[in-house]
Amino acid sequence: MKRARLFLKNAARYPGSFLVRLLCAAASLIVAGALALIIGYILITGIPNLKPSLFALEYNSDNVSLLPALFNTVIMTLLSLLLAVPLGVGGAIYLAEYANRSSRIVKAVRLTAETLAGIPSILYGLFGMMFFVTSLRWSYSLLAGGMTLAVMILPLILRTTEEALLSIPDSYREGSFGLGAGRLRTVTRIVLPPAMSGILAGVILAIGRVVGETAALIYTAGTVADWPKGVMSSGRTLAVHMYVLSGEGLHVNEASATAVVLLVIVVGMNALSAFVAKKLTRG
Amino acid sequence: MGGKFRETAMRCVFCATACACILAVLLICFFLFANGLPFFGEVSLWDFLTGEKWKPGNGIFGILPMILGSIYVTGGALLLGAPLGILTAIYLVRFCPTRLYRVLKPAVALLAGIPSVVYGFFGLTAIVPFVKETFGGDGNSMLTACILLAMMILPTIILQAESAIRAVPESYFEGSLALGATREASVLRTVVPAARSGILAAIILGVGRAVGETMAVMMVAGNQARMPKGLLKGIRTMTVNIVMEMGYATDLHREALIATGVVLFVFILLINALFSALNRRQVQ
Repeated sequence: MKRARLFLKNAARYPGSFLVRLLCAAASLIVAGALALIIGYILITGIPNLKPSLFALEYNSDNVSLLPALFNTVIMTLLSLLLAVPLGVGGAIYLAEYANRSSRIVKAVRLTAETLAGIPSILYGLFGMMFFVTSLRWSYSLLAGGMTLAVMILPLILRTTEEALLSIPDSYREGSFGLGAGRLRTVTRIVLPPAMSGILAGVILAIGRVVGETAALIYTAGTVADWPKGVMSSGRTLAVHMYVLSGEGLHVNEASATAVVLLVIVVGMNALSAFVAKKLTRG
Repeated sequence: MGGKFRETAMRCVFCATACACILAVLLICFFLFANGLPFFGEVSLWDFLTGEKWKPGNGIFGILPMILGSIYVTGGALLLGAPLGILTAIYLVRFCPTRLYRVLKPAVALLAGIPSVVYGFFGLTAIVPFVKETFGGDGNSMLTACILLAMMILPTIILQAESAIRAVPESYFEGSLALGATREASVLRTVVPAARSGILAAIILGVGRAVGETMAVMMVAGNQARMPKGLLKGIRTMTVNIVMEMGYATDLHREALIATGVVLFVFILLINALFSALNRRQVQ
C-alpha cells in the first residue's frame, strides 16, 4: 500500500517520467500480447485438427500425411549437420585456439561469416539452385537442399562454437601446456570437453533453423511429398509441406495441424538449446 | 617427429575449415554475378532498376515496383516494430521486475524461433481477414505485410537493443540518479543516448531481416507486380518476385530473376556493412 501511494505521488510529481514508464510497460504488454496471440492462435486452430490420418504411413493427396515430410526433415537436418558441424567447429577451433587474433585470415573469416549470417534464405536458395542443382547436376534432391542449408547454418555454428571455446579459462590451456601437452592434445582433451555443451547448444539452434526453413529449399530440394528413395531424390521438409498445404487452400485444416507439429519441434529445439547453454554457464 | 607432423597437419586442417566461410561467400558471389550479370547485356541496368513495368511474357523487365515494394514494406514494419521493440528493450533492462523478466525474455526468444511459414500461416488465416474486415480491401495488402513483418522483426530488435542498453556502464545511470534525475529521465537522457549506435544497429538488423523475408510476405502481400498503389492494395517485394516465378522461368526471364537476386544481394551487403560499422562504434 505504502509503495503504491509513493508511486502515485511520484507519478503526480514527475508526469513525464510516469509517461515514459507507462509507454515502456505498454510496449512490453503489446509484445507479450502478440506472442500469446500467435502461439494461442496456432494451438487453438491446430490441435483439433491433429488427426491420426495425418500420421498415416502411406502418403496420398487425401490424408496429406506429414510423416514423409517429417522423415525428410530428419534426413535434411542430418545432411546439413554432416557438412556444417565439422567445418564450423574446426573453423572455430582455428579462430579461438590457433590463429593470431589480428592476422589477415582471421579478419577475412570473421567478415565473411558476418556476411553469410546476413544473407537472406532466398539468396541461399538461388545459390543452391545454380550451384548444386544446375552446375553439379544433382537436380532437386535432399542432398542439394542439405548442402544449401549447411552453408546457411555454418556461420551460426562457427560463432556459437567460438564463443564456447573462448569461455574456457586460459588457465586450463596453460596447465595443459605446462604438463608438456602439445596444442592438438590440449584442444581435443582439455578445451573441447568442457566446451561441449556450448557447442551442442549452437548445433541445436542450427537444427531449429533447418527445421523451420522454407525459401532456401523450394528450388533446391523440391516439393515432392512422398517418401524419398535416397538422398538424391527430391523431397519436401515439414516447413515446405506446410507452405504447400496452406498455399493450395484445399487443406487449411491439415496445414494448421502441421503448424502445431512444426511449432512444437522448433520451440522445443530452442528451449533445449537454451537449457544446454545454461548448463554450460552453471558447470 | 610423428607428433610434430600431426600438430602441423591438424593445424592446416583447422585452418582449411576456417576458410570454408570465405569459400562459401566467394562461391555465392560468383554464381550470383556469373548468372545474373549477362542479363544486363540484354537489358540496361538503368532500365531494369527504373522500369515501372514487369511483363516477362513481353520481354519487359523493370523491377522498380518490387524495389519500392521491399522498401515500403520494410519501412512500414519498422514504423510499427522499431518503437515497440526499443521501448520493450528499455523496459526489460531497467523497469522489469526480475520475476517478470524470467518470463518475458524467453518469450521474446521464442518469438524469434518461430519459423517464417508459421508466421505466414498466421498472417494468412488471422491478419488477412482482420485487415479485410477492419480496413476494407481484400486483405492481401501492404498493410498486412507490414503488420506481420513488424511482428517478425520485433524479437531481433528487442534482443539486439537489449544487449546494447545493457552494455552501457552502470555508472552512467547511477551518476544521473545522483544528480537528482528520476529513473526514467536517467534512462532516457543518459543510458539510451550512450547506447545509440547499438540501438541503431538493432534497427538495421531488423531492416535486413525484413528485406530478406520471403515466405511470410508472399503469403499475405497479394504479390501484384505493379507500382504500389496504397496501403490496402497488394504489393510484391524483390524476394517474392524470385520465389514466385523461378519455378517456371526460362532463358531471359530466368536471368532477370537472378538479376533481381543480385540487386537484393547488393541491398543486403550495404545493410550488413552499415550494421557492422555501427556495431564497431558501439564497442568503442
